[in-house]
Amino acid sequence: MPQGDYIELHRKRNGYRHDHFERKRKKEAREVHKRSAMAQKALGIKGKMFAKKRYAEKALLKKTLAMHEESTSRRKVDDDSHDGAVPAFLLDRENTARTKILSNTVKQKRKEKAGKWDVPLPKVRPVAEDEMFKVVRTGKRKTKQWKRMITKATFVGPGFTRKPPKYERFIRPSGLRFTKAHVTHPELKCTFNLEIIGVKKNPNGPMYSSLGVITKGTIIEVNVSELGLVTPAGKVVWGKYAQVTNNPENDGCINAVLLV
Amino acid sequence: MEAERGSEMVNNVMCLLTNPEGTPLGAPMYIPQSAGPQQLQQMVNTLLKNEEKLPYAFYISDEELLVPLSTYLEKNRVSVETVLSIVYQPQAIFRIRPVNRCSATISGHAEAVLTVAFSPDGRQLASGSGDTTVRIWDLNTQTPLFTCTGHKSWVLCIAWSPDGEHLISGSKAGELQCWNPQTGKPSGNPLIGHKKWITGVSWEPLHLNAPCRRFVSASKDGDARIWDISLKRSVICLSGHTLAVTCVKWGGDGVIYTGSQDCTIRVWETTQGKLIRVLQGHGHWVNSLALSTEYVLRTGAFDHTRKQYSSPEEMKKVALERYNRMRGNAPERMVSGSDDFTMFLWEPFVSKHHKTRMTGHQQLVNHVYFSPDGQWIASASFDKSVKLWNGTTGKFVAAFRGHVGPVYQISWSADSRLLLSGSKDSTLKVWDIRKRKLNQDLPGHEDEVFAVDWSPDGEKVASGGKDKVLKLWMG
Repeated sequence: MPQGDYIELHRKRNGYRHDHFERKRKKEAREVHKRSAMAQKALGIKGKMFAKKRYAEKALLKKTLAMHEESTSRRKVDDDSHDGAVPAFLLDRENTARTKILSNTVKQKRKEKAGKWDVPLPKVRPVAEDEMFKVVRTGKRKTKQWKRMITKATFVGPGFTRKPPKYERFIRPSGLRFTKAHVTHPELKCTFNLEIIGVKKNPNGPMYSSLGVITKGTIIEVNVSELGLVTPAGKVVWGKYAQVTNNPENDGCINAVLLV
Repeated sequence: MEAERGSEMVNNVMCLLTNPEGTPLGAPMYIPQSAGPQQLQQMVNTLLKNEEKLPYAFYISDEELLVPLSTYLEKNRVSVETVLSIVYQPQAIFRIRPVNRCSATISGHAEAVLTVAFSPDGRQLASGSGDTTVRIWDLNTQTPLFTCTGHKSWVLCIAWSPDGEHLISGSKAGELQCWNPQTGKPSGNPLIGHKKWITGVSWEPLHLNAPCRRFVSASKDGDARIWDISLKRSVICLSGHTLAVTCVKWGGDGVIYTGSQDCTIRVWETTQGKLIRVLQGHGHWVNSLALSTEYVLRTGAFDHTRKQYSSPEEMKKVALERYNRMRGNAPERMVSGSDDFTMFLWEPFVSKHHKTRMTGHQQLVNHVYFSPDGQWIASASFDKSVKLWNGTTGKFVAAFRGHVGPVYQISWSADSRLLLSGSKDSTLKVWDIRKRKLNQDLPGHEDEVFAVDWSPDGEKVASGGKDKVLKLWMG
């Protein structure tokens, strides 16, 4: 006869101890803390084994939960009727045209009319003059200090020629000149490599705007004709403003967000 | 006429008047060169013994005659010694004013408006939308009348029966639903059978069967099905296309035409669903079909006089009369527009080969449409242009440029003098056929225009698009 089942025998005869369930609950509640202490203390192979076991347990748990969760894939018909409806003649063509359109031109118009732009980067770090310009010493003894070299990215028009050195107060190094910008459309969430038309405004001052200096936060005008935007009257939009979001002088490229 | 021939005081020219099919009207005769279109019109009316005077337009080698004959002869250096053949074309006796203003912008749909259609008598308007509802609008007060809910997915196409008693809508989930336009309630359960979305619906012409019972639907799954609304089930399944069927038309002679993405057009017989002909020729998807009699088939017995009919038999009789008048003795013509940038003009009853190949578009042709009198064909293309072609020969006539985006849909005015186009560039444009110029530019939509329709009575134009509103335009 087995000797070990005296507890069961006792329970059969007298029932559970009066505090049995209370103790059991407390023990179970303590269990997680014990495990956690164990997990933190266990080192080496013990720790690895414990982690593996725990991982397997958790994976199983998640699987079971997923199995009992309400299935979403079965209700197929309702899924179809989400937004972005297109007529039958465009249904098979969706994928080709979708990325390049935008619309809602009226909304854009309204925003433009609201006066100041509501720009993605409202505050920019002011750039000090000595950071913007490097003094170039000239003259035989290098005593003259009227020449400045711009240390930031610049945009110059397509027909630009430099002034003769004697009169050129601001040098815009050709290595830091840009003609194109990577412009992201915030609603379409896609990026286009667009030509820059001009620098609309540099927040650091009107002089920088006229020099065509592009720093973070500058508003530039880009050529959006390939996006196919139209005005409410049905004319093609070709120039739109964008704000520069990176430091072009550090990155070697211009990233911008279209202002819609 | 004898007296004219005798008189020597004016310069005469030998003319032969012919109708559009080429049948001469009497023998060639001398006509004074001072005669203009008005005099010619009088002459044709007398020769044809018309009781009420009808307006006619005159064409010399496909060019409309607007000046006296002498001016024309001088300008084009035509020899006066040969017989000048002049084609007379009957014109609509009513004139439709071009729409020029937006009379109402009705919001209500919660998603893009995908399709709009006026009822055959032009008194009711229905629209289908991406919010899975069909809405019927009150044209007098320009307010929503009924909202028909029941579809589970986008409503892609709607079609009124030619007697105006029923409205069918097809959805992206592939079910069709018949509605009662008087109450806005569904009549019966959804008609299920198609496995994929519905691309087109076409009713059986009224002159073949009255009251309307049968219609045909085309689906992406490659089948077309004939349904009976009184039996509420699919009667015949027309299967044979290997790819999606893009458009379907029930012809006036009791056959069904289907165009498909497998580059063929099939002609079906309607009692047993047997395949009669396969029209081949296109190199890419067939996008759109149009029949020369389509307008009459759509409007059934209703015309510009707004007469009401009491019994289906009477309607059938009038519809048959109108159809025969429209068709004349020529066979029914069909035009198909395709993704291969071309269009074909067919006479499916005469031959299985095409009559003319119409080239000129630089992008796919999305929509083709015969003018109500069958004289012109208009085509809308993704190359931003609308082109006009001769409806009998298929010769190129004019290109209408002005849109800055792909043109999606076109619609004719009932008198065939004006053409409406809706485009992705959010505008509608009205084109004048006679002057071959832009008549009206109608901006107003905030986004792409997906659907346009000109009401058969010519008073209103409805358009709907991605900006979720339905616009009504008036002249």
